[in-house]
Amino acid sequence: MSEAFFEVSGLNTWFFTRTGTFKSVRDVSFSLRRGEVLGIVGESGSGKSVTGMSIMGQVDEPGRIVSGSIKLDGEELTTLSFDAMRHYRGRRIAMVFQNPLMTLNPLMRIRDQMFEAISEHEPASHAEMQSRCIDALRSVGIPSPEDRLSAYPHELSGGMRQRVVIAIALLLNPDLIIADEPTTALDVTIQAQIIHQMRRQIDERGLGMIWITHDLATLSELADRILVMYAGAMMETGTTADIIGSSRHPYTRKLLESVPSLNVPGEKLRQIRGSMPSLLTLGAGCPFKDRCEFATEACAEAVPERVFSATHRVWCHHPIEDDR
Amino acid sequence: MISFILRRLLQSLIVVLVLSLVLFIGLWLIGNPVDVLISSEATEADRLAAMKALGLDRPIWEQYLVFLGNAVQGDWGTSFVYKEPVTRILLQRLPASIELALVAFVIAIGFAIPAGLYAGLRPQSRLGRAFMSFSLIGVSIPTFWQGMLLIVAFGIMMPILPVGDRGEVATHFGITSSLWTLDGWWHVVLPAFSLALLKLSLLIRVTRTATLEITRLDYVKFAHAKGVRTWRVVFVHILRNAMVPLITVIGIELGNLLAYGVITETVFSWPGLGKLLINSIKVLDRPMIVAQLTYTALLFIAINFIVDVLHMTIDPRVRAAMGRRST
Repeated sequence: MSEAFFEVSGLNTWFFTRTGTFKSVRDVSFSLRRGEVLGIVGESGSGKSVTGMSIMGQVDEPGRIVSGSIKLDGEELTTLSFDAMRHYRGRRIAMVFQNPLMTLNPLMRIRDQMFEAISEHEPASHAEMQSRCIDALRSVGIPSPEDRLSAYPHELSGGMRQRVVIAIALLLNPDLIIADEPTTALDVTIQAQIIHQMRRQIDERGLGMIWITHDLATLSELADRILVMYAGAMMETGTTADIIGSSRHPYTRKLLESVPSLNVPGEKLRQIRGSMPSLLTLGAGCPFKDRCEFATEACAEAVPERVFSATHRVWCHHPIEDDR
Repeated sequence: MISFILRRLLQSLIVVLVLSLVLFIGLWLIGNPVDVLISSEATEADRLAAMKALGLDRPIWEQYLVFLGNAVQGDWGTSFVYKEPVTRILLQRLPASIELALVAFVIAIGFAIPAGLYAGLRPQSRLGRAFMSFSLIGVSIPTFWQGMLLIVAFGIMMPILPVGDRGEVATHFGITSSLWTLDGWWHVVLPAFSLALLKLSLLIRVTRTATLEITRLDYVKFAHAKGVRTWRVVFVHILRNAMVPLITVIGIELGNLLAYGVITETVFSWPGLGKLLINSIKVLDRPMIVAQLTYTALLFIAINFIVDVLHMTIDPRVRAAMGRRST
């Protein structure tokens, strides 16, 4: 396997509000190789989306990256200003958002929104941009792309719009695509098509992708590696087989038990009791301890990292040793 | 598009008809203008003669039909007070009101949109908050009072600006206006600012709110994620979308400026329509009132029409909706 081209280490992104400091992302580290899909899974509020926005350099006020490093091909991105980051956004790192109905500007034709993605980064003639856009639209499976270019977003279906957004993300051949729940708003058949298209693009172009989702079932089909996050912190990371087949963290186990397609049909699905702790009052201990059936007094202490294999790591005082 | 225009014209016609009817009945209920016009010593015979001369002796529905018949032919009647055709008086006064309103409009838009946009983009900044405090004061002070304060400040304590009348006028292209002369501009500045202040403050708030809302939306984040330059995101993505709600408010405010400059025109003794309307109401000059309020109605109909056309130009979704409704 090739070397990692993208590395996040010790990332902390906090929001400084009047009520206090929300530590949305705490000490998150991971790396990515070309042609690889890393799935980041977690509930809402787990910090997975903020991680994505941190990489884009687009954390909303009053949040900011407090510490840590984000490196693309060895270049440090966290020290760049918002305006300096612009040369990386869209060109080297592209992003696909959750709701395709909201991602495109309703007042602009598809053509203008696609052309803009090219012309803001490199000089290109009208004819050249036209042919590049048509190619991009065709590559994500949009029929008669020439006509779609002059359409407005409201004239396309949700699935079509998400394809357009993906086509825009692919336009400049980025090294990395961050997809934040890109199929959540779509119905299941369209979801499957889009996931298939994405996987093909990644394999063909050899780009890296971070797929942010709460849906472990999707990840089990798409991702090479999975990072489980909870309340802003890493819980467990490993290959898809490590996580789906032999997870060690009680939280991951609980998550897996709540996914219908990963369990025995006819058996009752289990939900995780309680709710996520406030990001304001987190101590040094494990954030999951209040909901965890294995929790002991030790869980209030700083969480140790347990290494199970070269790929599989768990942050837990009491990892589960037996396979599921 | 053509069917849209035709439909609008028909609707407008109905609105004007209903309005004129309501006006007519309303004024008839208020009282007999003859009682105000003739002197208190006049005999009953004089009174009847005056009523006959003005056509007030006939039943109300007949008066209305006569009025309609004449109005369609462009004759809006003769003022009871000035003994002159109403249309001529209106046309004399109109330029003064329009020039005041337009200058106020330019001041309001020219300041409010940049200020509101800035306050929306940087809500926490010192300048952004200063704009908001300014607009809070602006919407809170009654127009007549801030008008008088301005007169005190710039006319008396620091006498640098004239505080009454239009100043020198000149006629070019058949329009008599004080905007053709420097002295006229000198005169228009203060009343125009006074008239603009409330609209300006309101528009700052509307612009800020629209900007704040739109900045949070995914398509703005996506534009940034494409690597689009910040100024382009602001002007092409944010401002253009903010214009959709703004245009409606701007249209209404322009109408208010053109039709309801009454207070400012009174405070600054500006010889426009607003003062005329107040005077006409005082003496129950029926034809003047009817003509002026109909003018106001037509004005708003025209402005609403323009606002709709602008919406259709800016927003393809509105265009699609209009297209569906007309087929």
